[in-house]
Amino acid sequence: MNAPLLSIDDLHVRFPLSGSWFGRQRRMLHAVNGLSLDLAKGECLSIVGESGCGKSTTALSVMGLQEPTQGSILFRGKPFSGPQAPSRMERAMAAQMVFQDPYASLNPRQTVWQSLAQPLRLHNVTARSELSDRIETVMRSVGLTPEQATRYPHEFSGGQRQRIGIARALILQPEIVVLDEPVSALDVSIRAQIINLLLDLQEEFGLSYLMISHDLSVVEHMSDRVAVMFFGQIVETGPWSAIFSDPVHPYTRRLIATIPDPGAVLGLSREAVVDGPAQAPAGWRFADDGSSAPDVTQEPKPSELVEVAPGHFVRLSRS
Amino acid sequence: MKLGFNLILGGVLTGLVILAGLLAPWLAHFDPVLDADLMNAELPPDATYWFGTDAQGRDVYSRMLYGAQISLTVGIVSQIINTLIGVALGMSAAYWGGWWDDIVNGLTNVMLAIPSLIFALAVMAVLGPGLVSLLIALGLTNWSWTCRIARSSTLSLKSLGYVQAAQTLGYSDTRIMFTQILPNIMGPVLVMATLGMGSAVLSEAALSFLGLGIQPPFPSWGSMLTDARQMIQIAPWTAIFPGMAIFLAVLGFNLLGDGLRDMLDPHMRTRKL
Amino acid sequence: MTPLLDVRNLELGLRHGAQAHRILKGVSFQIMPGETYGLVGESGSGKSVTSLAIIGLLKKPLQILGGEIFFEGRNLLALPRRKMRSLRGSRIAMVFQEPMSALNPLQTVGRQIAEMYVQHQGKSWAQAQKMAVEALASVRVPTPERRVHDYPHQMSGGLRQRVMIAMALACDPALLIADEPTTALDVTVQAEVLKLIRELCAARGTAVLFISHDLGVIATMCQRVGVMYAGCLVEENATRELFVDPRHEYTRGLLGALPKLGSRGLHGRQRLVDIDSFIADRSRLTDTRFIAPRTPVSGEAGS
Repeated sequence: MNAPLLSIDDLHVRFPLSGSWFGRQRRMLHAVNGLSLDLAKGECLSIVGESGCGKSTTALSVMGLQEPTQGSILFRGKPFSGPQAPSRMERAMAAQMVFQDPYASLNPRQTVWQSLAQPLRLHNVTARSELSDRIETVMRSVGLTPEQATRYPHEFSGGQRQRIGIARALILQPEIVVLDEPVSALDVSIRAQIINLLLDLQEEFGLSYLMISHDLSVVEHMSDRVAVMFFGQIVETGPWSAIFSDPVHPYTRRLIATIPDPGAVLGLSREAVVDGPAQAPAGWRFADDGSSAPDVTQEPKPSELVEVAPGHFVRLSRS
Repeated sequence: MKLGFNLILGGVLTGLVILAGLLAPWLAHFDPVLDADLMNAELPPDATYWFGTDAQGRDVYSRMLYGAQISLTVGIVSQIINTLIGVALGMSAAYWGGWWDDIVNGLTNVMLAIPSLIFALAVMAVLGPGLVSLLIALGLTNWSWTCRIARSSTLSLKSLGYVQAAQTLGYSDTRIMFTQILPNIMGPVLVMATLGMGSAVLSEAALSFLGLGIQPPFPSWGSMLTDARQMIQIAPWTAIFPGMAIFLAVLGFNLLGDGLRDMLDPHMRTRKL
Repeated sequence: MTPLLDVRNLELGLRHGAQAHRILKGVSFQIMPGETYGLVGESGSGKSVTSLAIIGLLKKPLQILGGEIFFEGRNLLALPRRKMRSLRGSRIAMVFQEPMSALNPLQTVGRQIAEMYVQHQGKSWAQAQKMAVEALASVRVPTPERRVHDYPHQMSGGLRQRVMIAMALACDPALLIADEPTTALDVTVQAEVLKLIRELCAARGTAVLFISHDLGVIATMCQRVGVMYAGCLVEENATRELFVDPRHEYTRGLLGALPKLGSRGLHGRQRLVDIDSFIADRSRLTDTRFIAPRTPVSGEAGS
């Protein structure tokens, strides 16, 4: 395998909890507990989990919007976080982000053109002709017309705004795009258009996606690899086909089983996939079956990710 | 967009004060300071002296027009200073957070705990009376509400996608504050500034009334009231007209502030829909 | 069998003088006693205003422009305000998307549930308080005798939604309107809440009008489904038939636009249907509609 583009190693993020009584040691909220992930060039890796599992914190750490408490993030083998992290300007060329809420992700007081031109100018693209060229190109590639760039965000629909958000993420031609619930705020018919667009752009520009989502059907459709997070840890990770056709961890199985899916009435039954109790490999047991919320102020119990099939890891403890 | 009643009445009243101040040299019938004539002292309003004359025989109407200049200057300049301080502190505190936020918060709470007029009095006592010290005193003492509003608006914007996107696109912190945050918090800040002008006009009147503001013989609405105090029985017009001016100007600023808020509010609502 | 709810040609919208802007353009559907009927549609399709019109909580400037809503034989739109109010909560109840805003933050959940019994059944507070504990137990809130003293903010989103359901079902209504009841919840919590609604309503014979944008939730909850688009009901059918054999262009587009779990494993990654390339002129969509004839025992169909 080639060297990964982005490599997260043993990432920890903790937040201080206020309200410590009697001057005891400050309690910490363990948002991310020793997360390790590699993102290869051109792949789409999805982090799946419910609210509070630490998936968004992980994304913010990759983007440099949240300082890790411990652990390292490497981009092309060079530090991407911590004291040797690159400047904001260098970081901007490597990774960009598409946000969940298209209504909050665009500055209402700037035209689309200004939103796209400002970052280019900042990165020394100042010639008017080159500015227009690049803005025109990016507008076309997200399915909008260059003329629409003169308008303000409130003149666009939610789906169009999301396209503009994608254009802004692509304007500096980054290698990694972090997608934070990119379609969950959109209507079903618009959702399909944006998913198609994201897949087209990935192919066209060889982008690497790190997607954060709770929507398993979108994740299955878009991902090459999937990581399932539960309270700050990865409990299962592997190729999409392994996660969806052969899930091992009880939490993954429960997630898949509980998603209301129209496929159920169409006979695309997934019950077969998650039928029966979860089986841990011989000699191992599940450290946490994900059935109850653990104490987020404590370090989790020791456990390790065990490879049960090539590339398919499950969090287990020795029994 | 439908303009509210508050906005229109507030705009008209404020506009009248501004016009009075700007056109004072042309509208005034007499010089507010030099045309003192003890022969004409304490005349009731008539065709020559529309609002009557004061103890020194000066035309109350002309003095009020020039007084409008003072009130406006005090209101606008002190509010510019307040807004600059409040926005700079509030926005940076919310954006950077941490110890800087704690310091600004503490400072704001202290400022809110001290009645601003008392604080202004103390500043005036140190700087001595006069227009410049009045501006400084009022400019330094009324920024706490602006600061709070700027801080809370910034906090709610900070987590929005476009501010985070600006960070990931490589914008520096100051650039983010000026291009992404400031334009979007100007609405509430502007409303606060307008409301603050009303209270600055009142504070000026109070300080001048106490003899710490504008010094005689120069006219300000507050100092005119001070002069009128002694003879309110025999020449009530010397107190009534400046009092009315203060009342109408403060009312005007407040209505304008309320109207601006109403005008900006439905805009926010339609944008959400 | 006579329908429990019979919405006939309902029109509502805004009126500017003589001109009327219609948001609902003549919607008709019926719900049988004990049936779970789903209304599905994208934002702005009119599904939520339909439910508000039925329960009589339409906010100005929206108003009814025409049609009738028969509930247990009475036209709700002709009912005096006071009658409607006593009907609300006792015969028709509603569960909203955001339980935090629908619950009073200053009262314990126990008191809010007890209020329902005092208000609609004339119970004493002491009696009502006991019944509130039972109601919480019925929605499977653990340790209900302790939880009745909780305030809404002390509960998780899933628990709050259970409290809402307990309140809604307190007086054994004939019809429960659930407007996106699980949209704000996490998937595993959503599954529990959906199961609860399904089981409680089946046990009590409560009919449900289930409103959602999520075709998956609709598929697992409802016996019959109405698809709304731009203020019109464009297709109505039994759930299975609708998903297996969608007749209307819009329904076909909508289903094609949906990534379906398991489909990639069976057929490989297929491009999702782009409704706009599939339907050239969206404004024409409401010209046609497909309403399936009702099968005689529709109440028992589906699961």
